[in-house]
Amino acid sequence: MIAARTINFTLNGAPVTADVKPHHNVVELLQAQFGLTGARETCGQGLCGCCTVIVNGLAVSGCLYLASFIDGAEVVTVESLDAGGKLSPVQEAFIETSAFQCGFCTPGFVLMVTQLLDEHPDPSDDQIKHYLTGNLCRCATYPEVMQAVKLAAKKRKGA
Amino acid sequence: MAKITQDAAKVGAQVGRSVPRLEGRDKVTGRAEYTHTMRVPGMLHAKLFRSTVAHGRIKSVDTSAAKKVPGVVAVITIDDVRKVIPDPYYGPAFHDQPILADGKVRFVGEPVAAVLSFDPHIADEAVQLITAEYEELPAVFDEVDALTSKVYVHDVLKPAGTFADLKHLKNAKDTNMALDYRLRRGDFDKAYAAAAHKFEHEFKTQKVLHLPFEPHATIADYKDTGVTLHTASQGPSFVRTEIARLLGWQENKVRIKVPYLGSGYGGKLYIKLEALALALSMIARRPVKVALTFEELFYQITKHPCTFRIKSGVDKDGKIVARKCEVYWNGGAYADIGPRVTQKSGLTASGPYDIDNVWIDSYALYTNVTPSGALRGFGVPQLVWAYESHTDMMARELKLDPVEFRRKNIMREGGEHTTTHILKDAACEKAMDTVLERMNWSKPFDKGKGVIRRGRGFGVAIKAVITPTTSVAIVNVSADGSVALYCGTVDMGQGSDTAMAQMVGEVLNIQAESVRVVQRDTDVTPYDMGTLGSRSLFHMGHAVKRAAEDAREKLKALAREVGEPEGSNIPIRELFVKRYGMQAGNVIGSGIFKPDYIPPAPGTGLSKNVTAFWMVSSAGAEVSVDTETGHVKIDKLVNVVDCGKPINPRIVETQISGGATMQLGFTMFEKMHLDGGQVTNASLADYKIPGFHDTPTVMENVALEVFQSNGPFGAKGVGEVATFCVSPAIANAIDDAVGVRLTELPLNPEAVYRAIRAKAGKPLEDE
Repeated sequence: MIAARTINFTLNGAPVTADVKPHHNVVELLQAQFGLTGARETCGQGLCGCCTVIVNGLAVSGCLYLASFIDGAEVVTVESLDAGGKLSPVQEAFIETSAFQCGFCTPGFVLMVTQLLDEHPDPSDDQIKHYLTGNLCRCATYPEVMQAVKLAAKKRKGA
Repeated sequence: MAKITQDAAKVGAQVGRSVPRLEGRDKVTGRAEYTHTMRVPGMLHAKLFRSTVAHGRIKSVDTSAAKKVPGVVAVITIDDVRKVIPDPYYGPAFHDQPILADGKVRFVGEPVAAVLSFDPHIADEAVQLITAEYEELPAVFDEVDALTSKVYVHDVLKPAGTFADLKHLKNAKDTNMALDYRLRRGDFDKAYAAAAHKFEHEFKTQKVLHLPFEPHATIADYKDTGVTLHTASQGPSFVRTEIARLLGWQENKVRIKVPYLGSGYGGKLYIKLEALALALSMIARRPVKVALTFEELFYQITKHPCTFRIKSGVDKDGKIVARKCEVYWNGGAYADIGPRVTQKSGLTASGPYDIDNVWIDSYALYTNVTPSGALRGFGVPQLVWAYESHTDMMARELKLDPVEFRRKNIMREGGEHTTTHILKDAACEKAMDTVLERMNWSKPFDKGKGVIRRGRGFGVAIKAVITPTTSVAIVNVSADGSVALYCGTVDMGQGSDTAMAQMVGEVLNIQAESVRVVQRDTDVTPYDMGTLGSRSLFHMGHAVKRAAEDAREKLKALAREVGEPEGSNIPIRELFVKRYGMQAGNVIGSGIFKPDYIPPAPGTGLSKNVTAFWMVSSAGAEVSVDTETGHVKIDKLVNVVDCGKPINPRIVETQISGGATMQLGFTMFEKMHLDGGQVTNASLADYKIPGFHDTPTVMENVALEVFQSNGPFGAKGVGEVATFCVSPAIANAIDDAVGVRLTELPLNPEAVYRAIRAKAGKPLEDE
């Protein structure tokens, strides 16, 4: 058996410690040791976006990101967005525009749209499509996601 | 009459309102529960060793090295399974599928052995150490070959006994046919012989997959006193029945719990991983989780590939007088629900056209590939692809306008469907006209020039809902006046929880948002046939409405009992206090629904009452074809459906655009590649699905304002209907643009370019 090693990182703002083996990825770590299931492994190839987490300010595919590599990093997951029980503008916009069906890919979309609006507060259609190319939705709620992004942009400006 | 109200919701304010989804907050915060990410204490993980040959006798399976891996709890084959389940075969139509391969393997990827460990990585590693020796047998892959092949996938057929039209196949030998549905109306041969114009075409569809983003997952927790399964299933009631049968137990000792589903599209129907998870938990005497990887989805269930040979005779006035449909369904190695797909779609194989002489043969066939099942349309998209391409080809050849040709032949309200069922609430012509209107069909159309050529096309389709099926619902009013709904319809993204809550709210005059929809749990939620075939809103909708009406009547009786005057506005909670002296008690309403039905007559397949309702849709596409690359861009896609009264217009629109876009993937690029039975593209990198850039430049979605007279609040299902016409609409548009006709899906750039070159007399060489 391969030995585990201890890593320290910041998870949604709180310092945490975990024992990880070299083959563990971030999704497994979050699910098995922290009970966070918002990041999910679907394709296992970093193509669908269901496993999206933010590491040091950058959205990454948690299914390809080895857990060992987040030693010392700042990790943010979807579970942090409604801190204090208040939904983020992006989350509100997804609900109001009904921008999901089964919801399995939704946390990945929500995180990616949050990062999109951080970078481009007023994105064009092309920017939205380009930015979200790495997020797939098998229920194909793309038109609704487009509306959600625009509504969220408005909400954030108003906030 | 007592007017029992609370929170003063307006009458008529619940149905027809775009209520935000009840589960929205859980989904956008990542907190919604799915089986695939669920854990239970003490649980083992199972990983599967799968067949590498398409058809073979198992000579030996060597598990010794796997068993020695530290951390492996058990390595299990069918011999172990048989010790706990003596007859380890399951399936909805045939008991043909072994829990693990039993003596033979019948497709590449069939599970042969399972490894259990607390650590899924250890189980995975141990699987790599298992070896098997097979005596390879000749295999049959093609559905047309399967009909006459001397290679038989099964030695003996074993119908489950559930369906009357399969009983004659009991113990059948030397056949791959798992059902032959026939319809005979009028005299096809005579009418065809006499027809002025004769047409004969063959169409094919490829093997594609559901690919739910939550792959299949089941956790079984067996105890000698009862078993609980947490499972990603579209049909908890069926799973319970089948698990109870395998155990020889009463159903009340079997509990099936289903949280939200990371979608299903038909892929999680009936019984999938549940029997295996049960067996593994019985052997390990612990909870066991079986959860597929994305790659393993390619070995679980797919859509039916289909070959459709269609012949039509047309008279000199452009009236279709005879039609023959021969439909071959590639069912794969195990029947799953293929025989039902074969029959239920088969009866509409001749399309939404009024034809006096029709002959339909629809064959479910076993082959040595991954099993096929229902996928968002129960076979109908494959049929529409063929008959609406065929319709356009005939119009083109007869130099008739494709609109007028259809108008001359389309079925109309009050007329007879092919089955002799009188057509009611089926807006075929209206759907077509709405598409044409949205596409400005009568206006001049820019056909492009130079390299880019433009074209447009459309199609119209009909489907009969699977009938007869039963749903049961319970509405529970608590003493504080709050309301919970217990129903077995699984919300896999289609928004059923929200729609059902709206129906309860409408009857009880309360806000839909305040209704609690209880999670599926067969210990609590009553029977439902399954979340499939667009049946739930209609069938469960009726049951829910009846349950709510029953509760309302009981509340009125309670009001009378405590001496409230007629028309009293007393809040419900005060009613309970008056009756029970404190906040105590419940009012429980129940409802059950099963529609009337006359089974198709043996021999002719005809019936005066073959379906509870009709689904109708039409779609139109405008495309730009790059004649140098074969690339097709969808400039505009119009989707029009008749779904009766939309209960939740926003959710209806999402169902329409989502269904159409999914079918766009099946039309333009999705294909499971097989080479000698081996899947060669079992990953998302090699099997493309629609993304943001694949959506049409313009997409319009329309739900016609049509009332379903026998539906709950005038409603009917909308889950599948938008998929029907997308493929032929695009193929017809490509023909309009560049004059080539494609008869096999997908319509990818290579296929289009090859056809363009062939038409120019400069065909490309085969690969």
